[in-house]
Amino acid sequence: MQALYAQLLVGLINGSFYALLSLGLAVIFGMLNIINFAHGALYMMGAFCAYFLLNLAGIGYWPALILAPIVVGIFGMILERTMLQWLSGLDHLYGLLLTFGIALIVQGLFQNYFGSSGLPYAIPDELKGGINLGFMFLPIYRGWVVVFSLVVCIATWYLIEKTRLGANLRAATENPTLVRAFGINVPRMITLTYGLGVGLAALAGVLSAPINQVRPLMGADLIIVVFAVVVIGGMGSIMGSIITGFALGVIEGLTKYVYPEASNTVVFVLMVLVLLVKPTGLTGRAA
Amino acid sequence: MKNAISALLLGTALAFAAGSVAFAQDKNIKIGVLTDNSGLYSDLSGAGSTLAAQMAVEDSGMAAKGWKIDVISADHQNKPDIAVNIARQWVDVEKVDIFMDVVSSGVALAVNNLVKEKNSVMINAGAATSDLTNAQCSPNTIHWVYDTYMLANSTGQALVKAGGDTWYFLTADYAFGTALERDTTAVVVKAGAKVIGTVKHPINSPDLSSFLLQAQASKAKIIGMANAGGDTTNTIKQASEFGIVAGGQKLAGLLLFITDVHSLGLKVAQGLSFTETFYWDLNDGTRAFAKRFSVRMKSKAQPSMVQAGVYSGLLHYFKALEQLGGNPHDGAKVVAKMKEMPTDDPLFGQGSIRADGRKIHPAYLFEVKTPAESKGPWDYYKLIGTTPGDQAFRPLSESACPLVKK
Amino acid sequence: MTAITDSLPAPPRAIRDEMIVFAVMATALMIVPLTGIYPFFVMQALCFALLACAFNLLIGYGGLLSFGHAMFLGTAGYFTAHGLKVWGLSPELGILMGTAGAAGLGVITGAVAIRRQGIYFAMITLALSQLLYFVYLQTPFTHGEDGIQGIPPGYLFGIFDLAKPTVLYYVVLVGFLGGFLLIYRTINSPFGEVLKSIRENEPRAISLGYKTDQYKLLAYILSGTLAGFAGSLKVFVAQNASLTDVHWTMSGEIVLMTLVGGLGTVFGPVVGAFVIIAMQQYLAGFGQWVTVIQGVIFVLCVLTFRRGVIGEIAHYLRRSL
Repeated sequence: MQALYAQLLVGLINGSFYALLSLGLAVIFGMLNIINFAHGALYMMGAFCAYFLLNLAGIGYWPALILAPIVVGIFGMILERTMLQWLSGLDHLYGLLLTFGIALIVQGLFQNYFGSSGLPYAIPDELKGGINLGFMFLPIYRGWVVVFSLVVCIATWYLIEKTRLGANLRAATENPTLVRAFGINVPRMITLTYGLGVGLAALAGVLSAPINQVRPLMGADLIIVVFAVVVIGGMGSIMGSIITGFALGVIEGLTKYVYPEASNTVVFVLMVLVLLVKPTGLTGRAA
Repeated sequence: MKNAISALLLGTALAFAAGSVAFAQDKNIKIGVLTDNSGLYSDLSGAGSTLAAQMAVEDSGMAAKGWKIDVISADHQNKPDIAVNIARQWVDVEKVDIFMDVVSSGVALAVNNLVKEKNSVMINAGAATSDLTNAQCSPNTIHWVYDTYMLANSTGQALVKAGGDTWYFLTADYAFGTALERDTTAVVVKAGAKVIGTVKHPINSPDLSSFLLQAQASKAKIIGMANAGGDTTNTIKQASEFGIVAGGQKLAGLLLFITDVHSLGLKVAQGLSFTETFYWDLNDGTRAFAKRFSVRMKSKAQPSMVQAGVYSGLLHYFKALEQLGGNPHDGAKVVAKMKEMPTDDPLFGQGSIRADGRKIHPAYLFEVKTPAESKGPWDYYKLIGTTPGDQAFRPLSESACPLVKK
Repeated sequence: MTAITDSLPAPPRAIRDEMIVFAVMATALMIVPLTGIYPFFVMQALCFALLACAFNLLIGYGGLLSFGHAMFLGTAGYFTAHGLKVWGLSPELGILMGTAGAAGLGVITGAVAIRRQGIYFAMITLALSQLLYFVYLQTPFTHGEDGIQGIPPGYLFGIFDLAKPTVLYYVVLVGFLGGFLLIYRTINSPFGEVLKSIRENEPRAISLGYKTDQYKLLAYILSGTLAGFAGSLKVFVAQNASLTDVHWTMSGEIVLMTLVGGLGTVFGPVVGAFVIIAMQQYLAGFGQWVTVIQGVIFVLCVLTFRRGVIGEIAHYLRRSL
């Protein structure tokens, strides 16, 4: 029984990465209508960015938590300005293909320069060690990841669903012409939103750098799972993807306890079931 | 006009003469390095393997003796069907004589079949599967560097001897992981240890801590990692995070390369013990090679055992061709010659090639140094044990290879 | 899905144009072995071309984007390989078994998948193919990532020796042309017209009295069966069947092939398949730059010639190809 508790807790921790990543994906899909297949590559860039800040500029973990998402976010905004914005109004497939191409380029370049086995990044001194919870040894860093990502998720949700800025943004996706008539610069807002979504991916990358190897393909294996999370949560639904992200972590934890081989596959079982029962995902709107 | 015609006739006659000489004693060799340039294994093989092949050509001094050697390379993208297509085209169109490296087990087995069908040669340096010299052995293939049986044998025995009498396996859920677990289980059980559990994880798992927790809860003294690449490095990193090594359990890497240790850093990797058949800082011969190698690598990396194997394997191949006095373009014949001759090169020392295609050399058990012990970059290993070649690999008596006469 | 399949109204001469292009294509492919072009590359490309055409039948004419078509390729491949190697079946029976397996898979997955549309259809096919990937990873007969190796080619109908490259080439070519004509016939049949109407406006098709789900299911099964046929043929070319053929990245590659060639065009998928296979084969020498070059090509494709190679040519000529 103790082992089960431990698996559920670890699941929750993994869930916070799913939540952060799928949140970014959902923001981008909801506001820009783009299926961002480059998300995994941008997550990887976040982790690499933290590594470079530390090893080239001597900037540690804490500033990197803010700086890396900004740097990668700016990179994302450049992508949006130069390429993605030409795809507005076209089918999803083109956005998917374009971002997939971008992901290949980014991953290929990183692989060429830094090799495939990756680079080391240590846990910051303040968060080293762990607490014995009785049923398991919880590294302090993992506890920090859960709390921090929960805060970021809720803040993002609040920003988009409850503030005036968010309201403008949602209005702009519904009817850009009308919103523009109110004197709001819609294209700039779209660009900033893409930057926000990308920044969230990079933030997840920085968070994962101390626990996973920082390597070029670290995001490639994750993207399809995160993608499934967004679909299960309902395409474009912010709250849906946050909840689904954490829930998937817990369900995976459960699977790892009962049938570990299937832990990477359970998300797809879930997706089939959800789509059959609720065609638009748990909280989504119609396609 | 008359002069011109006679000159032409003379030229033709000369050309014919030259042609017939070339026919009698063909001194052309084409080497194909089929490797992973862009994926998981690109650090331990990849461009470094191609460089090692070029260095073997230069160091052999074959050009001075009138041989003409070309090296080409391609990326098999870890897909068996792409690999087979490239390989077939190399044999049919490019007239490649020998395949080098061929990392990744699935790809190696696929190319192994083709090489046999086309009567070409493969010296496999990169793949782990011991099937290449067992059930799937071929008169055209030599497995040069390591295999799952040897890794299990060397690491398993040494750790049991050092007191690791209870084991728990963390196994990547695919054929390679299962084979490694099976072979290691056989070895450690024979040595008197007990396997108290195993957990299979999907390959490329984003998180391995859940599986590590199960291993931790088992209280086994040794946690055997029957996985590879990113899964292994993440396991090691997260094991240190969850205080598993600090709690008294020991991690046993069943397949680790120096490039993995380099990417983990000594702080995380220290104390790990595992088996390789080559280390750049082993003796004067390996150091001299490594020095010349790393200067020419873009990343300044030291050679891995796979890359060293490409170099060593090619040197032996050249020696066999010299003995034959020319390139017969007959794979089975060349491999038979290579099996007859004892091997000797600065990287792997003296050894031999068995009837089943297994190259025999000692296996070394290394322990990763602590950051304090390390004197500089790439100074990572200390040697803690050596298994002689005749005991390291699967004995011929257990072999299922049809080439072995019983 | 309307934006993708924004096809031109077909002028009356369309069919004649298409027949001319088909004749040119068939003749060109027929003389390949005489030209010294390496036949195995063409064979591999032909298998993928048929696969992409089958996929195109579903998306280009039915408006259904399947992101799990690799499951048909892989399933048929495994069935054929297993039949040939373990049961010692003759090639024709092996192909039949593989294709039948894919058809059966089409019936089962189709019944689940066609109940959803658009991106949700894509997702459900992706999920189903991932489940199948897991099954193949777990079942011992597939030999995991090592795959089924060393498959004996055998004699087709007891007379054609498939170990000979030229014989194998013509067998694959006949298979490809047959599959291609079947798809072409389907597109231009009343059934194809109904499919197109569903793609354009499903509610209207329903109100006209068509049971659209049945049409979609039939198209799905046909597409899956033909994809499986391509997978069975590929076993003879590659002489192995492995997990890469069932992986989701393979499904992605099929989408790419069709897109590069031109979605909803008759010949586009063929061209796309040749382009992508050539890239994999001939970029292999570029070492580490393969992925980067592939990425650049996809980005350029989306930004500059979105209709695909054939789609752009057709647009320029104002013809339907």
